[in-house]
Amino acid sequence: MRRTGVFVCHCGSNIAGTVDVERVAKEAAKFPNVVFATDYKYMCSEPGQQVIKDAIKEHNLDRVVVASCSPRMHEPTFRRCLESAGMNPYLFEMANIREHCSWVHPDKEKGTIKSIDLVRKAAAKVVKDEPLQKSSIGITKRALVIGGGIAGIQVALDIADAGFPVTIVEKEPTIGGRMAQIDKTFPTLDCSACILTPKMVDASQHPNIEILSYSEVEKVEGYVGNFDITIRKKARSVDMSKCTGCGTCWEKCPTKVDSEFDMQLGKRKAIYTPFPQAVPNKPVIDRVNCTKFRTGKCGICQKVCPTGAVDYEQQDELITEKYGAIVVATGFNQFDHSVYGEYGYGKYPDVITGLHFERLINASGPTMGKIKRPSDHKIPETVVFIKCVGSRDEAKGKSYCSRTCCMYTAKHATLVHEKIPGSKSYIFYMDVRTPGKGYEEFYKRTAEEYEAQYIRGRVSKVYQKGDKLVVRGEDSLIGRPVEIEADMVVLANAMVAREDAGDLARTLGISYDKDNFFTEAHPKLRPVETHTAGVFLAGACQGPKDIPDSVAQAGAAASKAIGLLSKTQMESDAIVSNVDESRCSGCMICKGICPYKAIDAKLITERVGGKMAERQVAAVNKSLCQGCGACTVACRAGCLNLLGFTNEQILAEVEAVCL
Amino acid sequence: MQPINLTSALAAGKDFVEKVRKASGVDVKACYQCGKCSAGCPVAFAMDYTPRQVMRLLQLGLTEEALKSHSIWLCAQCETCSARCPRQLEPAKVMEALRIEAKKAGFETEDEIATFNEKFLRSVASNGRVFEAGLVIGFNLATVRPFKDAGVAPSMLVNGKLKLLPHKIKGRDAVRRMFEKAEKMEGEHK
Repeated sequence: MRRTGVFVCHCGSNIAGTVDVERVAKEAAKFPNVVFATDYKYMCSEPGQQVIKDAIKEHNLDRVVVASCSPRMHEPTFRRCLESAGMNPYLFEMANIREHCSWVHPDKEKGTIKSIDLVRKAAAKVVKDEPLQKSSIGITKRALVIGGGIAGIQVALDIADAGFPVTIVEKEPTIGGRMAQIDKTFPTLDCSACILTPKMVDASQHPNIEILSYSEVEKVEGYVGNFDITIRKKARSVDMSKCTGCGTCWEKCPTKVDSEFDMQLGKRKAIYTPFPQAVPNKPVIDRVNCTKFRTGKCGICQKVCPTGAVDYEQQDELITEKYGAIVVATGFNQFDHSVYGEYGYGKYPDVITGLHFERLINASGPTMGKIKRPSDHKIPETVVFIKCVGSRDEAKGKSYCSRTCCMYTAKHATLVHEKIPGSKSYIFYMDVRTPGKGYEEFYKRTAEEYEAQYIRGRVSKVYQKGDKLVVRGEDSLIGRPVEIEADMVVLANAMVAREDAGDLARTLGISYDKDNFFTEAHPKLRPVETHTAGVFLAGACQGPKDIPDSVAQAGAAASKAIGLLSKTQMESDAIVSNVDESRCSGCMICKGICPYKAIDAKLITERVGGKMAERQVAAVNKSLCQGCGACTVACRAGCLNLLGFTNEQILAEVEAVCL
Repeated sequence: MQPINLTSALAAGKDFVEKVRKASGVDVKACYQCGKCSAGCPVAFAMDYTPRQVMRLLQLGLTEEALKSHSIWLCAQCETCSARCPRQLEPAKVMEALRIEAKKAGFETEDEIATFNEKFLRSVASNGRVFEAGLVIGFNLATVRPFKDAGVAPSMLVNGKLKLLPHKIKGRDAVRRMFEKAEKMEGEHK
């Protein structure tokens, strides 16, 4: 005979408006094993919790049911309440009579009957509840940051400043990311490199930060607080310990290749650093294009290197390290707009993208900061900007707004006006979205003082006429088609997820959305966490973001990681899977099913026919198990049970409602 | 519909936008086309271009279309648009400036309204204030509808709302000088 207490919450009028809570409490008092039942206005409030605590003492309760809202918010509240009253917090059930009843039913009579049923169900289950214990695990006090753009750098600096060692894994030969390619930042027109490179140097010189450039995460094992990460350090062909970054090798290298950093508008050598302020400022050999690797002849770089750092024999190296927390900051790509044949990209060299424009206008870019159109190096007088290229276009692109294009296009138009006297910019837009601090003012200045002509409408066609590009669109404000003879067309491409984001997500065991952006644990309340404990998100890998937002999110992700790393021991939830070893056949189907890699085989020794024999059974790592229950369904023998949701408990609920 | 060649239209319209700015004090380029002016305009229902569209025509350099529009004559100068414009742009003043320019260019799309304006101003110029009976008779004769609205005259006369003789104000000379000065300034603008 159990002694159960039932507490029915009014939730103000949220429940009491549609459910006769007093009747629910009266009926509940008649259920088997229920010795006390009452109702109260707000069960979750301090006095509400006191009602529970007092009843536990007064009626010597050993099981508690609260009929109120969804357990998502207040289950932890009531569990803490039980704990402080000296009970095991898992001898508790919640009947959700708000989301599952009062909020969705208008009829008070029927709503009351349903609430009584929901409480009966909970009361039947609670009797079968067993006291559960949380387990705790140790934590490796190191963080891994994947991606060395502005978000990754900021995360690393913040965590390192808090005193924890950090490793940045960057797949490019240098950190810096997209921000390094950008010329100026909106809305202040700060020089991007001038504010970024000091941070890159800070990161490289910080005693707590290790930068693994030209490296990628290969494998992730383990769990929150104890990840085992395998990192592939790609063969750089340059011995980092010997190289001084003097630059003789890339000066002498005879092979010229289109520079990825300069968006193919300029050249680099086959042995190269992407840009002069690279960190680490040590080159790599592009083995695909290097003459030595292609034909076996050349070897000039090795000959000229004063320290003998060039090593053609170098191989990829795999290292495995332990980390407590992972922050993913892998950034974004530009949308591939080759699907828009009507914009003439690829056909007309003077149709370029925003990032191309950034390189064209950059003082250390291929044109030394002079805006010259790619075809004939003429300085353009009329520049047309087309926004929403790939954004807000479900047919050819992405459904979302990329958030940054309105502002960077306004910035580009401003820079055109400043750099080319007598020039004119036209901007085709659908809406102008400027939700940041100082952004609307910047846009206004672009349109008024810098005389950029904004035209509301999408461009439908770009075609060549003489040496001009005719841009045809509609001014939807006046309802008439318009044409502009342009010298250059700049497309504001959407921000999209990295093409390999899905692979990384699967490696890390985190979820991603239809556009391959990593998904946060809660869109409002847990914006930098993932559903996988210990893995956090920063920057544009989670969704389109500008620099201030990326930096802000980086700080938030860092603080979450620091919070985790500051603990010595971490509690894990008690609702985990449990193996009945006596019935387990060791088939290990559960191991393949488990999304958290929490199940492994183990050998047990048992007495069979008077002799000791070894046998394989499944074993659940309680720290890794997230209590999803997938294995319990897969188990053929039914020997896996989710504690807190055992077969017996679920059946008790079913019987309470159906019989 | 022929596409507008924006490159040439904008270049051609640039001076006119400046002219409107000087005449009305309104920089039409600053209009962000929210449409609040048109939403509140009591005569927008009769217009061919709403006030917002008139502003847009000017922004795009489509000067002639703006000058030939009926809207600029239909505008009643109630200034609701000006009072409500979030950019503090006073579209009513733009309408006024456009009427003056349209008259100069010979685009009096609504000649009756142009005639009324003309008669109204002449009446003020000679009397110092408007002489209603004279204005109505003059307007009716000019538009060849001598008895238009004649039915309301008797009751207006009885109630003292209409006088048969003009009421001449004291400072007529001052008013006349204002008109002269305005006409002289008009000459300077040309």
